[in-house]
Amino acid sequence: MQQKTQVHAEAGKQDLVVIREFDLPLELLFKAYIEPDIVEQWMGTKVLKLENRKHGSYQFETTDPRGNTHRFNGVIHEFGENRKITRTFEMENTPFPVQLEFLEFEPLSNHTSKLKMHIVYKSVEDRDQMLRMPFSQGINMAHNRLQEIVNNLK
Amino acid sequence: MQLRRDVFQAIADPTRRAILVLVASQSMTAGAIAANFDTARPTVSRHLQILTECELLQQEQNGREIYYRLNPRKIKELADFIEPFRQLWDDRFNTLEAVMKQYKPKE
Repeated sequence: MQQKTQVHAEAGKQDLVVIREFDLPLELLFKAYIEPDIVEQWMGTKVLKLENRKHGSYQFETTDPRGNTHRFNGVIHEFGENRKITRTFEMENTPFPVQLEFLEFEPLSNHTSKLKMHIVYKSVEDRDQMLRMPFSQGINMAHNRLQEIVNNLK
Repeated sequence: MQLRRDVFQAIADPTRRAILVLVASQSMTAGAIAANFDTARPTVSRHLQILTECELLQQEQNGREIYYRLNPRKIKELADFIEPFRQLWDDRFNTLEAVMKQYKPKE
């Protein structure tokens, strides 16, 4: 069976592509990216700022189990309603360089849609480090919060 | 001097990736591998050494000749290294899907 979420990361390249097909109409998928209270639910972050427009910016914040806060921010370069978002992503107070994200949304049918997320990193090493990071605490924490939300929905 | 032998560093080099592709179909001697490249023989030997040190290649003695072949276990490890990253996004997107299925437009 084909996996719903696919990651394509070729060896020796500084980018990767994440592709996911959703059992949701395109408009609902896109809404999950632009409504702050919904972003908070699935990303497990607090949304401090989210300006959905060209040259707008966003800032998210997560709190780890020890109470430390971690912030992420970026600038939106392109914003096409129900179509695409091009933005930067940066983790504050970390040595990781900023990354560039191209998000493309497309309808598959009236009830299904697809997201393609193309992420470009500063170097091959930066990409590989980010790929290996999901074990790290900050993201595990976000992951646990997501699990809680899903469990509450059941 | 002990150099760090990281699999990811090993495959970052295009010649080394080409070597892996070459021996994927059959075991080959260093000479046969080198014949496929314009680079000097010692350079190819160095690449083979690096690939062997990080266990992507295995050496096999066959009579007088040493053959190089892929180490399937290590290759699988490499293929699996993105799995936790994939899993992370899969979980996030599953949540997104679940949240949006409950979505009621605001009045």
